[in-house]
Amino acid sequence: MGSVSLLFQHLMNGLTLGGIYALIALGYTMVYGILKFINFAHGDILMVGAYIGLFAFDALRGSTPLGPWWLVSFFIAMVVSMLGCALLGMVIEKVAYKPLRKGSRLAPLLSAIGVSFILSNGAAWMFGTHSRKFNYPFDNSPIHLGGVVITPHQILILVVAIVMMVALKLFVDKTKMGKAMRATSLDGDTAKLMGINSDMIISLTFGIGSALAACGGMLIALDYKVYATMGTMVGLKAFVAAVVGGIGNITGAMLGGFLLGLLETFGVAVLGIPQGFKDAIAFAVLILILLLKPEGLLGKVEKEKV
Amino acid sequence: MTDKELLKIDNISVNYGNIKALRGVSMNVNEGEIVALIGANGAGKSTLLKAIVGQEPLVEGSISYDGEMLYEVKDKHYHGVPTYNVVKKGIALVPEGRRVFADLTVEENLDMGAFMLKDDALIKRKKEEMFDFFPILGQRKKQKSRSLSGGEQQMLAVARAMMSSPRLLLLDEPGLGLAPLIVQEIFSKIKLINNEDKVTVFVVEQNARLALKSSNDGYVMENGVIVLHDEAKALLKNQKVRAAYLGE
Repeated sequence: MGSVSLLFQHLMNGLTLGGIYALIALGYTMVYGILKFINFAHGDILMVGAYIGLFAFDALRGSTPLGPWWLVSFFIAMVVSMLGCALLGMVIEKVAYKPLRKGSRLAPLLSAIGVSFILSNGAAWMFGTHSRKFNYPFDNSPIHLGGVVITPHQILILVVAIVMMVALKLFVDKTKMGKAMRATSLDGDTAKLMGINSDMIISLTFGIGSALAACGGMLIALDYKVYATMGTMVGLKAFVAAVVGGIGNITGAMLGGFLLGLLETFGVAVLGIPQGFKDAIAFAVLILILLLKPEGLLGKVEKEKV
Repeated sequence: MTDKELLKIDNISVNYGNIKALRGVSMNVNEGEIVALIGANGAGKSTLLKAIVGQEPLVEGSISYDGEMLYEVKDKHYHGVPTYNVVKKGIALVPEGRRVFADLTVEENLDMGAFMLKDDALIKRKKEEMFDFFPILGQRKKQKSRSLSGGEQQMLAVARAMMSSPRLLLLDEPGLGLAPLIVQEIFSKIKLINNEDKVTVFVVEQNARLALKSSNDGYVMENGVIVLHDEAKALLKNQKVRAAYLGE
């Protein structure tokens, strides 16, 4: 394999991984933008999303041979999973975070850690501690494009991740609700004066963020196993991606996700970082960014303007 | 000019922790008038406006608007409409320090002012009206509002409030930090809004002379208490006001 095609190969692998990080990072960054709060249960929501998707897909498959309909079933399962997690995210916010909003900023953070334990232990209790695999009846044999090998899973991940991000960007930039979301994130008190119900915006934010996490969870489950703590490490890395991109900034989270995916892939493949240390790359990047540009790549330094 | 009471503030008190920010404040704003509230920094003027839009809870008294009770204290408990519903009643506040949405464009800021309107054609028409009224905003409609000058941001804040077609416009220090000529321009626009759009205006301002000259009625606040109330013309001639607020 030539060095150019090898480069493309790593690029492809990095972008696929990064697309997943980006989807999950969006949830962290959107919630932070509005509430200045890190939802540490976000990684566990993607785990719930993977389980819902897995069960929904199995139910749709049943015992009938799907043939070419597997893709349709997969997308229906994805929609079910995203709706389920959107609802879950909104309920968690109402039950575990909203009552603490007026108190110390530490209180909802601790509550989020509690929710995270409840979700992962609840999943282990309900679904068992063994890991599961999606029963995809489809062919994932690699496709050779020039010198680059790409799997149908990778194509699916990239297409879904990009479609989701473009849709989110359009929603936030062009629609009335999206603008209201940005206004609330910029200045919640003034947004209320405009007639914007911030509780509703907060619910919407949790709903969208959790739906994107569910989508990310299902994409992870294409190639990896589904188990109760599958969201922990991915969730942490996506959080790093959000911080690297500039927490609170939607484009930043997308950029941070892709960047982190590429750095991990190239770190192992090109720099020769041992596979076992792969997970450390994200945190090394976090330390670097906190030292050099604490507001993140696209973040703005908070200025008090009088 | 009618003498219909649009806003009635009845004996209200507001606390900030242990500090009594407002103590037994009563005042009326009649439909069609411009009413000015003047007073020194920290007198409680902004607190009063915040109470009117439900951002500060009352510990005593009540505020009603157009004959409808907005906020009251019953059995020591505060009851009131949430802030996000105040604009639906026809009350719009231009907050202190302008508070435009810095990362939103000028046009998007106006869209937010019209958040509660459902009719897209109406919103479009209102935006065009605002761009006619403040031509500089029309020229800059695609710019992020953080790139505007202070005076332009103040115009945007006024235009944003006007997007909801309010009956009562509240302005908190519209002249703060702006050059005298710009302040005059803003006050002349406020008078136009009152005259031509028949919007009742309640303005809080440290620039007492300009505020009183533009108004029908005036109140003076000191340490959370209304100490004077008269026609604005009379207050301009009042010895005490002249000494304390007009620098004479």
